[in-house]
Amino acid sequence: MLEVTGLHVAYGGIQAVRSITFHVNEGETVALIGANGAGKTTTLKAISRMVGATGDVHFCGEKILGISPHEIIRKGIALVPEGRGVFPRLSVLENLRMGAFVRDDKAAIADDIERMYAYFPRLKERADQLAGTLSGGEQQMLAIGRALMSRPKMLLLDEPSMGLAPIMVQKIFEVVRNVAAAGMTILLIEQNAKLALESSQRAYVLESGEITLNGDSAELLHDPKVKAAYLGE
Amino acid sequence: MDIFLQQIINGLVQGSIYALVALGYTMVYGIMGLINFAHGEVVMIGALISITVTSTLAAAGMPLGLAGLFGLVAAMLTCMALGWSLERIAYRPLRGSPRLTPLITAIGMSIVLQNLAMIFWGRNYMTFPPLLPKVNFEFAGTHFTLVQVVIVLLSAALMAGLVFLVYRTKLGMAMRATAQNPAVASLMGVNINRVIASAFVIGSALAAVAGVMVGSYYEIAHYQMGFMLGLKAFTAAVLGGIGNLAGAMAGGILLGIIEALGAGYIGDFTGGFLGSHYQDIFAFVVLIVVLMFKPSGLFGEKTGDRA
Ligand SMILES: Nc1ncnc2c1ncn2[C@@H]1O[C@H](COP(=O)(O)OP(=O)(O)OP(=O)(O)O)[C@@H](O)[C@H]1O
Ligand SMILES: [Mg+2]
Repeated sequence: MLEVTGLHVAYGGIQAVRSITFHVNEGETVALIGANGAGKTTTLKAISRMVGATGDVHFCGEKILGISPHEIIRKGIALVPEGRGVFPRLSVLENLRMGAFVRDDKAAIADDIERMYAYFPRLKERADQLAGTLSGGEQQMLAIGRALMSRPKMLLLDEPSMGLAPIMVQKIFEVVRNVAAAGMTILLIEQNAKLALESSQRAYVLESGEITLNGDSAELLHDPKVKAAYLGE
Repeated sequence: MDIFLQQIINGLVQGSIYALVALGYTMVYGIMGLINFAHGEVVMIGALISITVTSTLAAAGMPLGLAGLFGLVAAMLTCMALGWSLERIAYRPLRGSPRLTPLITAIGMSIVLQNLAMIFWGRNYMTFPPLLPKVNFEFAGTHFTLVQVVIVLLSAALMAGLVFLVYRTKLGMAMRATAQNPAVASLMGVNINRVIASAFVIGSALAAVAGVMVGSYYEIAHYQMGFMLGLKAFTAAVLGGIGNLAGAMAGGILLGIIEALGAGYIGDFTGGFLGSHYQDIFAFVVLIVVLMFKPSGLFGEKTGDRA
């Protein structure tokens, strides 16, 4: 579904992502793991056109590396950005509505808002509260809900566990797995390698902008190199 | 007491005009952090276009009221096109450059527009045709005219319309989202360029109406009229908290009232040494005081909180 070929991103002189190639099949959850500064966020930004890149990115057979950033979501790709990126002075409900910005089907949008409230009952209680006043975990729920509101074909998640208490991480990942089980294609970025590998079918390991390992998540969980470098075992 | 009430009324009228202009400053600042110093000149162009169109049509035999309406619409359309062009030509190419660059460009555009207006309309004061019949009202010892009533009511209606647009429509939600986090707004499918352009266009339409209002209120217009008006409206926006819609409205009206009261009493305060024509100093005293003691303005968030 998503095919990334020879993707290369440089910030000035810094080569953040060096000609990486990977793909995500329809219905799959694929994890991209790596240490701080490995280039994970940069990869997602390149796919969602927030930074310029060279190489090739095809989504559903269509080349998307040349289109405008605001067209990406119309192709069916929704990003949950690093650090959540909720609109702090919009209400929770308005943030969800922003997720459906590209849609016009009012009735279906209303249904989907209820669906998000069912996933995250906490959001329903806070519907009229400004998003900036939510806790980190609640903001992460909102960012995921907002992304789902566009009814995407594929979800890109950038470190949903970042800065959250273990119990909140559990909750968020439960929803991610449910969404995946319902057929969503997901590219999951995580530093928490164990969690990422347990929640995905396949995974790629990114080191200093290059993919050094890839394979089935279950196998990578037992790979000695992965264990040593990312699982702290 | 009469003079007090009278000055409150006069201040409300002038303040409504400041508020309309201040909204243009604040919308653009709220979305892109730019102080569009050419905004006052948009007001001036609106006033002069409306004079030209109205008097041309009236001279051709159209009833004055109708000609005035055409003049107003022409002024709004011209200013909307002007606001759009300013953004497209002068500011968009500078997006992402250090803040001082677009600010200097804005001052440059303001000078360019003044000079263009001087070339088209000349250096002389132009008489504004009386668009409304001269009707006077008396209430509780105060006097006011139909023009004043229309200015206040029309401003209130436009501000209500703007609040509706910003807080109740999809475009308004996209504008607020863009102001808070443009990168994420574009991930949601918002075309940032279009949102920024619409802030300029809407602000310019309000400026055009304000231009026609000032013109009909003082019955004159001039190629330099936008300068002082622009500075005062900017002061109003800062007073309310720049970037904040309610702040611009409240700041405008408050500034109008402060000025009017100041003008009404300055003679008494200074033992007749300074007359009411010194009223302009009040706006700038207000600006300095706000910048010294509450730079974020009455309604503003902490500075630097703009996402
Ligand atoms: N805007 C930028 N300008 C210059 N360098 C940048 C920029 N953004 C990222 N980089 C650099 O690119 C490299 C990759 O950064 P990136 O944010 O993609 O890492 P990451 O894998 O997401 O790390 P983390 O796990 O800490 O989020 C880093 O060395 C970073 O310093
Ligand atoms: Mg990152």
